[in-house]
Amino acid sequence: MSQSPILETVDIVKSFGALMVTDRVSLSVHSGELHALIGPNGAGKSTLINQITGELEVNSGLIYFEGEMINKVTVAARSRLGISRAYQVPQLFGSMSVAQHLIMAEIASKNQGFKMWAKSAGLDDLSSSQKSILQQVGLLHLASKPTAALAHGEKRQLELAICLSSKAKLLILDEPLAGLGPTESEQMIELLRSLKSHFGILLVEHDMDAVFSLADRVSVLVNGAIIASGTVEQIKNDPLVKSAYLGEELDVH
Amino acid sequence: MSLGLFIEQVFNGLQLGMILFLMAVGVTLTFGVMNLINLAHGSMLMIGAFLIAFAASTVHSFGLAILLAMVMVFALSWFIEKVLVKHLYAKTHLDQVLASFGLSIVLNDGVIMIWGREPLYVNLPSWLEGPVQLTPTFSYPLYRLVITGVAILAGLVLWYLLTKTRLGMQIRAGAEKREMIGALGVNINFLFTAVFAMSAILAALGGVMLGPMISVQSGMGDPLLILSLAVVVIGGIGSLKGALYAALLVGLVDTLGRMVWPSLLGALVGNIVSNAAIYILMALVIAIRPSGLFGRQLQ
Amino acid sequence: MTGAHVIKQSEAKNLRLTLTFCAIFILALLVPMLEQVYYTKLIARISVFAIAAVSLDLIVGFSGRVSLGHAAFFGIGVYSAGILAQFGIAQIWLVMPIAFLVAGLIGCFIGAISLRTSGLYFIFITLAFSQMIFFIAQGLRMYGGDDGFRLPAATVWFEGVDLSQAKVLAYTMLGVLLAVTYVAHRIMSSNFGQVIIASRDNSRKVNSLGLQPYPYQLTLFTLSACMCALGGVGFANLNEYVSPASISWVQSGEFLFMVILGSAGTLLGPILGAAAFVTLEQILSAWTEYWMFYLGVILMLRVLFLKTGLLGLISKQGA
Repeated sequence: MSQSPILETVDIVKSFGALMVTDRVSLSVHSGELHALIGPNGAGKSTLINQITGELEVNSGLIYFEGEMINKVTVAARSRLGISRAYQVPQLFGSMSVAQHLIMAEIASKNQGFKMWAKSAGLDDLSSSQKSILQQVGLLHLASKPTAALAHGEKRQLELAICLSSKAKLLILDEPLAGLGPTESEQMIELLRSLKSHFGILLVEHDMDAVFSLADRVSVLVNGAIIASGTVEQIKNDPLVKSAYLGEELDVH
Repeated sequence: MSLGLFIEQVFNGLQLGMILFLMAVGVTLTFGVMNLINLAHGSMLMIGAFLIAFAASTVHSFGLAILLAMVMVFALSWFIEKVLVKHLYAKTHLDQVLASFGLSIVLNDGVIMIWGREPLYVNLPSWLEGPVQLTPTFSYPLYRLVITGVAILAGLVLWYLLTKTRLGMQIRAGAEKREMIGALGVNINFLFTAVFAMSAILAALGGVMLGPMISVQSGMGDPLLILSLAVVVIGGIGSLKGALYAALLVGLVDTLGRMVWPSLLGALVGNIVSNAAIYILMALVIAIRPSGLFGRQLQ
Repeated sequence: MTGAHVIKQSEAKNLRLTLTFCAIFILALLVPMLEQVYYTKLIARISVFAIAAVSLDLIVGFSGRVSLGHAAFFGIGVYSAGILAQFGIAQIWLVMPIAFLVAGLIGCFIGAISLRTSGLYFIFITLAFSQMIFFIAQGLRMYGGDDGFRLPAATVWFEGVDLSQAKVLAYTMLGVLLAVTYVAHRIMSSNFGQVIIASRDNSRKVNSLGLQPYPYQLTLFTLSACMCALGGVGFANLNEYVSPASISWVQSGEFLFMVILGSAGTLLGPILGAAAFVTLEQILSAWTEYWMFYLGVILMLRVLFLKTGLLGLISKQGA
């Protein structure tokens, strides 16, 4: 784990009118680390994520990526810096195939969208690294399939695969295990484990098995504020966390 | 420019505004409640005008003729909703644009099939003709005052319907927040048909009133349709208050503008700006404040 | 392997479609040689509208927005041909590029503002802009105002060969159609095209991947306007007349009709749609004076009962 974090937020605050949804949140993610963000529904996890990716503007506070302040950087630019997000509900392109999604991700990350004459890459042009990503998520045999033909679990895998194919440094994964059956969950957990060494990962999850198995650090978000942050053991034994969250929301498989 | 001329133009502007209001209410309700874009709305105005011309030449009483025309419009719009429009609610805006465009072509040619290409004229009964002396120096056509009054009356009836009846409250709730309709346990089919018929009647009423003033011919409602789209955008989609204020604003700006622009910008440019002004305003509103004066934020 | 099989099937379908269109195109090239002015002009008319429809499809089918204002760009082409001819400029290698550029400038301006909106608002704002242009054309009293004016001089290739000659017009417009369609095809098959399609499907995700859709959509919108104007130049020559009627919202509606009649998002579909529209127009108006009525009925039927346009129907037949 490297010394300085790739992502760092400092006291970010977000309010909608009188309602404060992000309450002076400071957290950091290091490369090679999996930092889990847990908390009850409505705690403000999605709002926080949206501020990190840039879809929402922070009211106050600072966000640093690789040491640079990115508050004023657009969503697209942040992505090109290396912030890669997998949405909770897979955000896919309805008219494209699996392979085309990876191709699109590459066009975007390399900023080659304004090539207007040469034919874009196709299924046959997938690079070996793209193929291995598809292999990793178990979608290589479905590379030519259109989005509509994918099962729900496969869509989630594609959502994750897209994140991996860009020049990502930070992965923000929004509940990748939601709605997965037991076998699929195990596969996903192992997949995530294999990713840890390559990226910094901010994992938002309700599945406590996954969190306790994967996380290097855990932060607990309740009512927009971080009430506790530390290792898995520290969080498991934190009385505040137990009463606020773990007691009620323990996801047992 | 004399004061009398100015006041006359203000009256004309308010009167145009009231007609636009009748059109715009129908448009904003169908957008708000049913998310339906209907380019055949202008044809409903045209049909109102044709029907009054037809009815007035058939029956002796002008009042009866109006009633007859409105009943026929009601029946026609009910029919159109049941046969065509209700299939459009679930379709894309493109499909709605095209289907209603097709309907407007059908109706525009339909009236030619029935009544020919020559414009029709509606003869006013004598008790509606002539000027009214409002002040010693200023007179205004009685008929124009009457239709302004009728439009205001229609507005009041509408206001009563929408605020004091259950159906009306369902419509308003639906116009403001479509998702509420399901939650309110409403008979959606009936609600939608009612809204569509209401909007058609209002447009036709506008046509009925305009009939005696301008020549009744195919396509006469289309310029007003597009103006009413501008009104709805400026006032805010789904807002009835917005439709009223924007309609009056547009009516006044359009009418007074035609006096002002030519003297400000010369004959050529002034004429162009007179025609284009409302659309410039419409584009500005969409670009700067898409929700309009009173509308809700669409996505 | 299922994947490869799926690819091969759609490649076969593509080949079949391409061959069908080559056949149709060759037929279209042969018709003017029959020396029947009526049919030759029909080919020219179809080509002119097909150019407009293809350009509109880039916005409607590929960008996923409904433009109710493309007649404005068509009209810019019409008026460019007319006004330039008025000034004695009729050479095609001047008229077409100038129409192209003027439409590009205006299209870029309109697009820059309009593309900040989507859905219903985009429909309205494109309508508003085209109305402005309509009123500008209508207000130009020195150019006939609402009545318009006769095209002073046909657009000219060189001495003795100009677009007032039906065969020349037909071949010229077929050539422009071919060029426009080819360019559109290349662009939509490129990285740029993928970004456009992805932005149509999910613009949020495109941002999340690292690109902002706006510059791409604006570029395409501008190009679409330029292409549409080329059709307008042909239209002016076809009718030997320049009038604001070519800028009406009804004309915009007809272009949309052609796109959806043929199948949006396909490029070849709008060409079919334009051909079908013009053919229907001719057949119906020969049969009854109320042909618009029946055209309207056909449009309603298409929207209500068919899930896809002509190209979609043809493709299904093959598969």
